[in-house]
Amino acid sequence: MLSTLPTAKTKTKKQYRGVTRVTRVIQKLAFWVPLIIMIAMIILAIFANFIAPHDPNLPKITDRYTPPVFMEGGKSEYLLGTDQIGRDILSRLIYGARVSLSVSLLVILITAAIGTMLGIAAGYSGGRADAIIMRVVDMALSFPGLLLAMLLAVAIGPGFTTVVLALSILGWAGYARMIRGEALRISQSDFVAQARVNGASGWRIMTRHIFPNIINSLIVLMTLQVGMMILAEAGLSYLGLGITVPTPSWGAMVSDGRANLDNAWWISLFPGVCIGLVVLSGNFLGDWIRDKLDPRLRQL
Amino acid sequence: MASKILLEAKDIVKHYPVTRGLLQRTVGWVRALDGVSFSVEHGKSLSIVGESGAGKTTIARQILLLEKLTSGSIFFEGQDLNKMTPAEIKAVYRPKVHYVQQNPWSSMNPRMRVRDVVGEPLFVNTKQSKKKVYEEVGTLLEQVGIGAEGMNRYPHEFSGGQRQRIAVARALALNPSLLVLDEPVSALDVSIRAQIMNLFKDLQDKFNLAFIVIAHNLATVRYMSHTVAIMYLGQLVEYGDSEALFEHPLHPYTRALISASQLTLPEDSEGKAKQIILTGEMPSPLNPPPGCRFHTRCSEASDKCSRDVPEMHKIGKQQVKCHHYD
Repeated sequence: MLSTLPTAKTKTKKQYRGVTRVTRVIQKLAFWVPLIIMIAMIILAIFANFIAPHDPNLPKITDRYTPPVFMEGGKSEYLLGTDQIGRDILSRLIYGARVSLSVSLLVILITAAIGTMLGIAAGYSGGRADAIIMRVVDMALSFPGLLLAMLLAVAIGPGFTTVVLALSILGWAGYARMIRGEALRISQSDFVAQARVNGASGWRIMTRHIFPNIINSLIVLMTLQVGMMILAEAGLSYLGLGITVPTPSWGAMVSDGRANLDNAWWISLFPGVCIGLVVLSGNFLGDWIRDKLDPRLRQL
Repeated sequence: MASKILLEAKDIVKHYPVTRGLLQRTVGWVRALDGVSFSVEHGKSLSIVGESGAGKTTIARQILLLEKLTSGSIFFEGQDLNKMTPAEIKAVYRPKVHYVQQNPWSSMNPRMRVRDVVGEPLFVNTKQSKKKVYEEVGTLLEQVGIGAEGMNRYPHEFSGGQRQRIAVARALALNPSLLVLDEPVSALDVSIRAQIMNLFKDLQDKFNLAFIVIAHNLATVRYMSHTVAIMYLGQLVEYGDSEALFEHPLHPYTRALISASQLTLPEDSEGKAKQIILTGEMPSPLNPPPGCRFHTRCSEASDKCSRDVPEMHKIGKQQVKCHHYD
């Protein structure tokens, strides 16, 4: 028994070391890969006019339905093939990043800012202010989104502004509701009582005590919204309420290719992959930021 | 000093509504505090002792103005807090009265560094520069036995006892005259309790601090209180000079508490200390028993106890609310 003990110990130690090395590599990859993807996407979006090999909106009927270059019949000219009217998919993807990323990021920033402010105010002050804000939230959540988008499209015409406005008006309430719950919980915590004894003002309590403690949930919610917003923009654009043709956006490209999924799957698949990549990277980065912001997890 | 009395509570009452149903109808009241009076002198300590649910923490919340009194008033240096404006409270009262909470894990914002935790009262109440505040935080931390270098760390990096010391440093930041200590050691290891209690004692001598110590265990407060108030179900049952109260506990409940905390009881006629064990639980404060609130568990209760509400009797340096002293 005694003699076996040391060997057993060294064995577990070795195994342990191996496990940590693998997990460390994975942890690093889980940070760097999404970061690089995100940065690449943003660079593509910003410098689209220098990077894209073709004019994204120029149809070339003779080249329509060209498959991607790695398939039989593909042309090296069109790396990812062409769509129904012969536009280069790759160029459209690169330009589409502009619309898709800017719509989703802008909407997320606007909705998160409004929702967080109102949610904290409602949760901390309670009483009548809380009741009023939460009834407005209920109204915003129960309002038919499509109707609102259509009204806006009629009023100011379809386009970028309409999409951002419609999604923002609909989106803030979700944040407000979640943040309010968190704020309510933190308002009742011991350290907020302590801050009141210290003489801290309501503003200071909301900004220095409550807000830093809801950032975790806020970031998780925001990163989850990246994909939702890209898809929502796609939906609106598909209905003709958002970005108008021929301006490419990922969502619109996915819906464009739906009819040809059986014979020209690449039209829908590649923008779909882009959406997936951005959403995944957003979630990974969100996790990472959350861990970095939490002093209790930072040391681990 | 014009008057020796620093803070006085007169007949304070706090009832919490119990609401039910869709319309939040009030169906009853939790009588957390029912007419409690006490006073604290400059540089002295008052201990408030009672079981869980007796209303001890409610008293703390009233003194710290975290809630509004149902009735009664609290006087601070002779001034009625009910009659002060919020601005006066912030300028006069807040800097003078501070708070050490029971749980050192929840009483600090986990997202703040210790320097901002301890510095908060200074940031809020004085207009000093950041650098000056941090300097002061350093000296405060030294005072409670945490090195000044600890101020750049986060609260979770400290142990329970250390965190309680940090909480004390924060409470001392503005040079208060009264500290409310809500079970300051009950969340700590027994081995650390004595250290923290000694720290309080030292600080009291050094800064002429008054304490209101809330505890459920008589043993912890015996050596640091000048006055003791025993609470039962929202009322004081015995109140008076600490030494006298421990030597001659008058109320049956006080005697039970002393017995439970294994302090030596005054010997009875047979020369043996009698062990008193309370049975049952405290009745609900939603519906307190008639007459003496303690009669349901009192070993010496008579008919009268369940019928008539006892008065506070003054006996020597003590006051007791019990029919046996009518």
